[in-house]
Amino acid sequence: MANSVNDSIEEKAIDPKTIPDDLFAPVKKDGAPLEELTRPSVSYWKDAWHRILKNKLAVAGLVIIVVMLVMALIGPSLTPYDDREGILSNQNQAPSADHWFGTDELGRDVFTRVWHGARVSLLIGFAAAFIEFIIGVSYGGLSGYKGGRTDNVMMRIVEVLYGLPYLLVVILLMVVMDPGVWTIIVALSLTGWVGMARLVRGQVLQLKTNEYVLASKVLGGSTPRIVRQHLLPNTMGPIIVSMTLTVPGAIFAEAFLSFLGLGVQQPTASWGSMANDALGVVNTGYWWRLVFPATMISLTMFAFNVFGDGLRDALDPKMRR
Amino acid sequence: MAVYVVKRFLAMIITLLVIVTLTFFLMHAAPGNPFDFDESGGISEQAMQNLMAHYNLDQPTYMQYFQYLKNIATFDFGPSMVSRSRTVDSMLTNGFPASMILGLSTLIFSLISGIILGVIAALRHNKAIDYVTMIVAVLGISVPNFILAMLFIKFIGTQFDFFPIARWGTWRHVLLPALALSSGPMAIIARLTRSNMLEVLNQDYIRTARAKGLSPIKIVIKHALRNALLPVITILGTLTAAVLTGSFVIERIFAIPGIGRYFVESISNRDYPMIMATTVMYSAILVVMMFVVDLVYGVVDPRIKLHKKEE
Amino acid sequence: MSESKQTILDVNNLHVSFQTRNGEVQAVRGVNFSLKEGETLAIVGESGCGKSVTAQSIMRLIPTPPGVIKEGSIKLKGKDLTKYTEKQMREIRGTDIGMIFQDPMTSLNPVLTIGDQISEGLFKNSKVSKADAKKRTIELLSLVGIANPEERLRQYPHQFSGGMRQRIMIAMALVSEPGVLIADEPTTALDVTIQAQIIDLFKDIQKRIGIAIILITHDLGLVAQIADRINVMYAGKIIESGTVREIFYEPQHPYTKGLLKSVPRLDGDRNEPLIPIDGTPPDLFAPPKGCGFARRCDYAMDVCLQYDPEPTSVSEHHSVRCWLQDERANKAVKAIDNRSPKINFQSK
Repeated sequence: MANSVNDSIEEKAIDPKTIPDDLFAPVKKDGAPLEELTRPSVSYWKDAWHRILKNKLAVAGLVIIVVMLVMALIGPSLTPYDDREGILSNQNQAPSADHWFGTDELGRDVFTRVWHGARVSLLIGFAAAFIEFIIGVSYGGLSGYKGGRTDNVMMRIVEVLYGLPYLLVVILLMVVMDPGVWTIIVALSLTGWVGMARLVRGQVLQLKTNEYVLASKVLGGSTPRIVRQHLLPNTMGPIIVSMTLTVPGAIFAEAFLSFLGLGVQQPTASWGSMANDALGVVNTGYWWRLVFPATMISLTMFAFNVFGDGLRDALDPKMRR
Repeated sequence: MAVYVVKRFLAMIITLLVIVTLTFFLMHAAPGNPFDFDESGGISEQAMQNLMAHYNLDQPTYMQYFQYLKNIATFDFGPSMVSRSRTVDSMLTNGFPASMILGLSTLIFSLISGIILGVIAALRHNKAIDYVTMIVAVLGISVPNFILAMLFIKFIGTQFDFFPIARWGTWRHVLLPALALSSGPMAIIARLTRSNMLEVLNQDYIRTARAKGLSPIKIVIKHALRNALLPVITILGTLTAAVLTGSFVIERIFAIPGIGRYFVESISNRDYPMIMATTVMYSAILVVMMFVVDLVYGVVDPRIKLHKKEE
Repeated sequence: MSESKQTILDVNNLHVSFQTRNGEVQAVRGVNFSLKEGETLAIVGESGCGKSVTAQSIMRLIPTPPGVIKEGSIKLKGKDLTKYTEKQMREIRGTDIGMIFQDPMTSLNPVLTIGDQISEGLFKNSKVSKADAKKRTIELLSLVGIANPEERLRQYPHQFSGGMRQRIMIAMALVSEPGVLIADEPTTALDVTIQAQIIDLFKDIQKRIGIAIILITHDLGLVAQIADRINVMYAGKIIESGTVREIFYEPQHPYTKGLLKSVPRLDGDRNEPLIPIDGTPPDLFAPPKGCGFARRCDYAMDVCLQYDPEPTSVSEHHSVRCWLQDERANKAVKAIDNRSPKINFQSK
């Protein structure tokens, strides 16, 4: 049935008679395995890091975040201007060599204000994410660890709270409190911890079952380290992603509050309040008053979203090769 | 199914109750009383007492609370404390149509465009159009809708007369505001649809459909889409919330005579009855919407509709 | 029993590969077989031997990047399917060839009624009235043994058990009266008791409809009960092929023998150990030179590592790819048997 007219594929059909007789001798078996397929196992974090680096968009996001942080730190010192007081006669000047981003209607330098605003917005973003993390981890961790009735009750509460419209409650809180950077952070954290709590609780529950399974196999407490090295990174992953994605939400919320007059108050600069100020002159030609704060907000949110997405994909154990 | 409906209904009532209570106590926790803001200048001690009695503000808080609950149940939100000539009720009814139109057009537009974009991106996975759509989607959730609104006004509205940028009245007035408000929801729906679609297309039952020789269109629409869209229904509730809160600012920016604008004004004026009323109303709409969503989901997913497991 | 039946499917020198980022995986490396009307052909082998890929390639269900039919022909009643356009294939699928898959729990669409899923194949090609379609659906549901078909066709998959779902799958595949049914691991995902029911159903269908069946499985018990002929695959090639009796009672290839030895037999000695085959199948990124099984074979000779044997006939229906068939191998066999007397090579 030798059927190969074509020898395009690996082997050609051979006429058996052409094969020398001495090849019909048993292969010497030396016991060594003839094929080995191993792959060096890479640590979870290194693997994730490599995968993120391949995601160009996520890397771009990270770069933008770093640039924003750096500029927030050094930006204001690059110019001689103050962020709160300006020279009225200089008002509403277009961007120039003197004022790279132009001036606003009180004659203040927009560039300086933008980077002061960066400090405020980024501070609010990170602080809110961090405090939400603390509250969420404590609540969710406790609930998951205790289990049973405590867990049930605590989760019922969370369910109800989860159904509340987040921004609405934040608005109400701000109406009651005195708007300012720290009150905003408090309001955001008080409403936002719920999501993190649910997440943490889910992770803790996972951890619990895994630990028991492992422990029963590894009788005699020899390797809690394996638990920590493998399970903990796996559970931390979604938590870190969640924190990363909280930041843009907080920045958005601050800007939103500014638009309602409940945000950071004058003369402190925040991106939201600067954009709000630009609303009055939106029909005029003073484009720089809107464009610069708007771009900063959008760029930062974009960067965090994209980096958070990339992080999520990279830490997803299903995609691990 | 009946059990499911009752459970969701109870959840709705509880959430509503919590919001209403929260709103009430928060407003009463605010420093001062509303009449400190009276613009007409000082009022006499007597007049102040009369006003307080009229508004029940002289009674202990918990009694005010029950009165409040009673009022809400009968849709009586009382007169606005700031605006002399109008009651809160009338302000709400005046503003409702505009907000309704804006909200509905936004939701419908976001749903349709988001789903179409998501499906296209999934069908052309890893090709150019997939990447482009997804980047546009990330931009959609990254550029706040009010920022987008202002950019629209500045760069589109002032250039083209076709798009009105203030007030209300014709269908063209709806365009820019609805577009700005849809950017977020559309992006979220597109991303969700795409990832669901990709997952569904990998399922075994799609392979079965292909083995039967069904056409690709039929497979996508009849077999894949229904499964992929089920999760989209569940987020409709949160999306409505986003559209609702977004509408405050959008209405303000475009000077649309809706409830959102009144809400924003009442915040600046610290008009507490107005704030409470709008909050309660918004929350009611939201909670009812989430309940409806749960119902729809229960009907559309046969696994919930028919919960029998025997043969 | 051997009337002159027509050949309905003829597969010739089939090569199927997958182009991946890391290189080309040669899943099927030269497969030849034919299927006659009404007969049941089993293709057996380990996971990864290429049997599923072969089956799905017949239906051209392998997604074309990354899969590609590099060479060969698949002739259904004389027409070469490898040359068909996708549109032409869609007409064939379901109508001329039906296929059922391994996992009935996930192979049915959860949001459509089973009546709908069964009858939609009918509407595909011709104008069938809804009433006729319903009649046909009920007919099929009865055939596969589902009680109360009129009621049940309005129900959803989650309302049926695993065994019933597999029956529904079979009904779905048979709805347009195809000439060939391809069953890819139909019993693997089912409980043992349910497996028996499905086996009976297959036997019933064979009797009543006389459809040709290609049965892909690694379950030799199933094969023994319903197959007429067997193809044994390893590393992308058919290494032995014959009737059921020939393969079970006179296996020639060491791999086939190994397979049979690793399966428990009711008539076997209780204390006799099950002997698994050491080692793992070769990596198909770089198929080994020579015979794919050589590295695991107790009877490997030098020639086996150099050249891949072509099929040799043992009888009319029985052929095997193995250098041990060559006369020159006898000396080596004796030497190996002396080395390890436990395994006795039954001479031909």
